[in-house]
Amino acid sequence: MMAVTGWHALLYKETLRFWKVGFQTVGAPVLTALLYLMVFGHVLEDHVKVYGSVGYTAFLVPGLVMMSVLQNAFANSSSSIIQSKIMGNLVFVLLTPLSHWGWFFAYVGSSVIRGLAVGLGVFVVTMFFAMPSFVAPVWILVFALLGSAMLGTLGLIAGLWAEKFDQMAVFQNFLIMPMTFLSGVFYSIGSLPPFWQGVSHLNPFFYMIDGFRYGFFGVSDASPWLSLGIVGAAWLVVSAIAVHLLRIGYKIRG
Amino acid sequence: MPAISFQSVSKTYPPSRQQRAQGKQGLRAVDEVSFQIEPGEFFGLLGPNGAGKTTLISMLAGLSRPTAGAISVHGFDVQRDYAEARRQLGIVPQELVFDPFFNVRESLRIQSGYFGIKNNEPWIDELLQSLGLADKATANMRQLSGGMKRRVLVAQALVHKPPVIVLDEPTAGVDVELRQTLWQFVARLNKEGSTVLLTTHYLEEAEALCSRIAMLKLGKVIALDRTSELLKSAASNVLRFKTDAMLPWAIAQHARITGRIVQLPAQNAHEVEQLLAAIREAGVAVEDVEMRKADLEDVFIDLMAGEQTPLEVAR
Repeated sequence: MMAVTGWHALLYKETLRFWKVGFQTVGAPVLTALLYLMVFGHVLEDHVKVYGSVGYTAFLVPGLVMMSVLQNAFANSSSSIIQSKIMGNLVFVLLTPLSHWGWFFAYVGSSVIRGLAVGLGVFVVTMFFAMPSFVAPVWILVFALLGSAMLGTLGLIAGLWAEKFDQMAVFQNFLIMPMTFLSGVFYSIGSLPPFWQGVSHLNPFFYMIDGFRYGFFGVSDASPWLSLGIVGAAWLVVSAIAVHLLRIGYKIRG
Repeated sequence: MPAISFQSVSKTYPPSRQQRAQGKQGLRAVDEVSFQIEPGEFFGLLGPNGAGKTTLISMLAGLSRPTAGAISVHGFDVQRDYAEARRQLGIVPQELVFDPFFNVRESLRIQSGYFGIKNNEPWIDELLQSLGLADKATANMRQLSGGMKRRVLVAQALVHKPPVIVLDEPTAGVDVELRQTLWQFVARLNKEGSTVLLTTHYLEEAEALCSRIAMLKLGKVIALDRTSELLKSAASNVLRFKTDAMLPWAIAQHARITGRIVQLPAQNAHEVEQLLAAIREAGVAVEDVEMRKADLEDVFIDLMAGEQTPLEVAR
């Protein structure tokens, strides 16, 4: 029988872990997003209109919120596992009856919680600068949950794979960061030349941000249903990989 | 049903890329180990560094997988029925690890939660009290001394009341007070029915606590018996004296030398006379000469030296 008993304790521990250093894990990314909004919004507000009538600052807010959700969901699971591996305290979890499913639910769940907490923080501080509309709130929630789960799962894989902080930095700075930045956070891909539009459509992060933005404006570069299908399928694939790695104890059980 | 069962357990670590390039084989850390520990036993697992003790415990704990053989805890296979096997086990790891985000009580509550235990406060309070941690309950783990961190490791291992307790060198580098606190507490749990598996380099602790002992050398069990039988098997008594001078090599190679204290195996009065005569002839001045019974350390040294005992070599 699958022993998932106790996963809620790991979820609680992982949530408490980031909450205890909330300035670093929630406050700092909120401030970073605010600085992006102030700089880019100030420079581009009077020069750029998106989807015909949406002001640039209002357009930017959902992108920044989603970017923060994704990056922090990734950071939560990846940093927790690599730190625990290097400090040796992962043994406290390894010695328990928790199943690989329990590990998965707890690490991904806590990443979702941190991603949503940061996203909410970014939204609250940026709404003083521009208040986007809420045309389809369900899509907002669906893509926020799916996007944070996707990045939390990727963080779990990265944490298991990396053996030192340097390897984690490679994963974060050469994969996650470029894919997030080049996914349409700061622009609509409709404004790109056809070749780069095509390239953007190969980036699954684009669909997360585009679908999330659809919930605010009711307009997007791709159909939200297509985005949901692609992001959902991508999450199932990375989840299958993560659960498999946990089941075989990849790099955590000798 | 045994509390712990090792059946033909082997563990081979594959060679590194560099070792493979040099044509080297992997390291066989544990080699066909088989023995059982009965419920309620206080069992000692002894051996020098690299003998395979920690590898064996890692496989028991599910931290690594055997290359061959089977391990079970109260009948639960540690691979197939890992969840039930781990519920039976409370393992105090050798390394002094801790989670710097939490205080002592939080660490114990979280560890209880991993085992699905809610409202474990009475037992957590008892553990804190018994291990001298009551006044440190709200202290962050980073603020604790090494000895206090070791106590928390013990408490974390016991938080789910496991019937089998595994202590992997729990007193390495800790002060006398903690040793006494720890052994009193563990002895109490043992009297109440818990099975204890202890690895230690402090052989006087093993001799005092363990009713049965296995000794490992290069991954193999080279002795497995009741402690009293192992002590009876010691071939000799021990001549003990102090000296400031260098002993002749023919004698020194069979001696245990700790600073000024020299201990030599000697079966009977005749051998004692021969040894003292040889020392006198070498011009070595000795003082505080005495005889004592061989202890577990003497047995250990004999066994680790190989088939021949030091006394036999001396002859």
